Amino acid sequence: MAARLTPKVDKVETSEHSATASKKEAPVRFQISNLNFFYGAKQAVFDVNLSIPAKKVTALIGPSGCGKSTFLRTLNRMNDLIRHSRVVGDIRLDGQDILQMDVVALRRRVGMVFQRPNPFPKSIYDNVAYGLRVNGYKGRLDDLVEHSLRRAALWEEVKDYLHKSAFALSGGQQQRLCIARALAVDPEVLLLDEPCSALDPVTTAKIEELMFHLKDSCTMAIVTHNMQQAARASDFTAFMLDGKLIEHSETSKLFTTPHDPRTEAYITGRFG
Amino acid sequence: MDGAVPPQAGPRSFVHRLRDGDEVAHVVTLIFASLILLVTSLLVFILWEKSQLSRAQFGWSFFWTSVWDPVFSHFGALPFIYGTLVTSVVSLAIAVPLGLAAAIFLAELAPRTLSDYIAFLIDLLAAVPSVIYGLFGIFIVVPMMRTTIGPALKHTLGFLPIFKGPNYGVGFLTAGIVLSIMIVPFIISVSREVLLTVPREQREAAMGLGATRWEATWKVVVPWARTGIMGSVFLALARALGETMAVTMVIGNDPKIAASLFAPGYTIAAVIANEFTEATGDLYLSALIELGLVLFLMTFILNGLARLLILATERGGGHTS
Amino acid sequence: MKRLHIIWRKSLNVVMLSLTGVAAFGVVSILFLILGYFIYDGGRSLNWAFFTQLPKPTGEVGGGMANAIIGSFKLLLLAALFGLPVGLMAGVYLAEFGGKTFAYVIRYTVDLLNGVPSIVIGIFAYALAVQPVKHFSTLAGGFALAIMVVPITVRATEEFLRAIPNSLREGAMALGASKWKTIASVILPAASGGILTGMLLSLARVAGETAPLLFTALGNQYWSPGWSQPTSALPLMIYEYAISAYDDLHRQAWAAGLVLLGMVLLANLGCRLVMNRRGVRGV
Repeated sequence: MAARLTPKVDKVETSEHSATASKKEAPVRFQISNLNFFYGAKQAVFDVNLSIPAKKVTALIGPSGCGKSTFLRTLNRMNDLIRHSRVVGDIRLDGQDILQMDVVALRRRVGMVFQRPNPFPKSIYDNVAYGLRVNGYKGRLDDLVEHSLRRAALWEEVKDYLHKSAFALSGGQQQRLCIARALAVDPEVLLLDEPCSALDPVTTAKIEELMFHLKDSCTMAIVTHNMQQAARASDFTAFMLDGKLIEHSETSKLFTTPHDPRTEAYITGRFG
Repeated sequence: MDGAVPPQAGPRSFVHRLRDGDEVAHVVTLIFASLILLVTSLLVFILWEKSQLSRAQFGWSFFWTSVWDPVFSHFGALPFIYGTLVTSVVSLAIAVPLGLAAAIFLAELAPRTLSDYIAFLIDLLAAVPSVIYGLFGIFIVVPMMRTTIGPALKHTLGFLPIFKGPNYGVGFLTAGIVLSIMIVPFIISVSREVLLTVPREQREAAMGLGATRWEATWKVVVPWARTGIMGSVFLALARALGETMAVTMVIGNDPKIAASLFAPGYTIAAVIANEFTEATGDLYLSALIELGLVLFLMTFILNGLARLLILATERGGGHTS
Repeated sequence: MKRLHIIWRKSLNVVMLSLTGVAAFGVVSILFLILGYFIYDGGRSLNWAFFTQLPKPTGEVGGGMANAIIGSFKLLLLAALFGLPVGLMAGVYLAEFGGKTFAYVIRYTVDLLNGVPSIVIGIFAYALAVQPVKHFSTLAGGFALAIMVVPITVRATEEFLRAIPNSLREGAMALGASKWKTIASVILPAASGGILTGMLLSLARVAGETAPLLFTALGNQYWSPGWSQPTSALPLMIYEYAISAYDDLHRQAWAAGLVLLGMVLLANLGCRLVMNRRGVRGV
């Protein structure tokens, strides 16, 4: 085990170097160093080092239970809601340590879209406006609501029904509503935790398309089970296994010439 | 895993929580919750404290003295304890078979929708106020006891000591009957739920062995739900003990111990209701409050037991201790 | 012999199963029987005077229960004012903030309070609100009823708050809402339907209570202005009139009983129907 460690580490470093080289021109939103995460006594994430580049989409792939969702949720400290959870390590958003930051302020800058759409039992308008109201925004809500719904590619479908209940929408529309809701507070980063897993292929394609348009204004990190989606929609991909980061590089490179044999095994479908 | 102390990335810092009102909300709700604790403790304290006079005066003999004489300040709880127990036993004797039978029907025989409707209606019965039952008792049940039920019982079972003696319509039996109507919804509601949780396989196994529907129910399903049903009985009993208005309106309000169920009697709750505002003197009042303390303890213990039993059913699923 | 045994078992089966059906329908018919008597006997005696007049002096025929109706209303108002907020806040505490041990203690205490006989609550209210000031009052009665309102409200609030899925809490917090804001702006509104029905049910329950009023509000033949005088209430009047010796008063007791029963049953019917439609178990 120890003998294998060294060559593997070398390989990851080289791949990181090539990735960082191309990233050196692009600024980094999130810099994660030596991240370890514990549910009580059980460790779920082991020493992850990763950077999430600005205005790009980074995908996190890996088999079920590999820790990718757990990792994602540490980025906006949603895991704080779980009792006995502990984070060890360094996570910096634009250079600031998020563990020292006020968590509410953090979540205004780092938004999240969940696996299952979870609109509030309110109207479509009130859902999108919620984040704005809660954060004390005093300006013209109507414009912002429209803007967010447009960014989420939902405006045309709901513009005449803004006061209808969010539950009147279909699953795919609800998820886009949740995206609009998250975008309303203009986050710097948007985290998406398997956002399309409950949706049909047509809606999935719509969401991937809107992600492409959102990139310019919003850094994104997406956890996905669907490798084709990762290959299609992301600029960088990170592969995780058993809580460890195995490989991370530009998407095209990772899928065509993966460095680690385990990455290759996963993307060719031999497991997971 | 190194031993370095990790930064606690859990709850937000105190200052931030305070600023955003989280801490305030926590404290405010905590205060209200504690208020309940305070009030309940105060209640127990007051019952204990204000019965002090009576407890000091009579000691344990309070429980076996059958004299209740406000004139000479001799107070004994026995007639009331007797009355409370007798009426409760009578009410259980009627309500348990009736309630269990109805629960069996609703859980085993009736189609689900019908069962739900009937259960709904029976729940409404539980919402009827005590004084309404009392009114119904005085003008409907009492005359019925005097003219129909009483004579019928005397005619058939009149040789039994419990059915001897004059029948005025009011008395232990009437009170027991009215009480039984009041507590039967609880037995039905809880027993029905418990019976519904018995696994289907139990019935099927019994019937597969050739048992009739009734035999399967009575010999397999009901025993499986035994603990929960017991719990419902305790719950009903606790209710019966504390019932005041309906009982006092039909029991005759006579602090005597009598063997006959047709005789008038008195319960703890009834005597408190009737004599509290008339109580002259501190000892009198203290004796009544001591009765209240006794009642409180009785219901406290029974409710506690009921809770345990029902909890045990939910967990153990029929495996009796 | 075996054949006889089987016939016996089969007949027993039919008999016993039929008896259970009889029992069930018997219990239900009691409900309708009671309702029927009240509608008949009470309906006959219900008139305009009942709602608008004061009771006549003992022995005289006629009069009404206007003061009792107002009295009941005032008592319910007090019970709601003091009991509902306590119940709501405590419920929020148990569902959203509670730690393990203290929350368990509170829940146990709430259940305990729920099981205390109403006459004992009356003694307590007497000791706290009547004895110190040496007179009976509407306030004392309202206090007693408020105590009874709390346990039902706490249970309903906690139950309906817990029923809201965590995904809603996560969604709100991910947008930067603090815990308190999440509860106030998303969770409570979402649970409000169930909580309100629980509150209404608790009020319907105490509306019919007599025992706790016997030595707090006491009763009153006349109007009771303000809050510090004894007051009459519908259940009290029913009791007094029912045990009196006058037929006319008996008549009025039936009428009052009809009004009380009608209100309580309607409130319960309404609330439970609403709750059933939401698919949540009743309180």
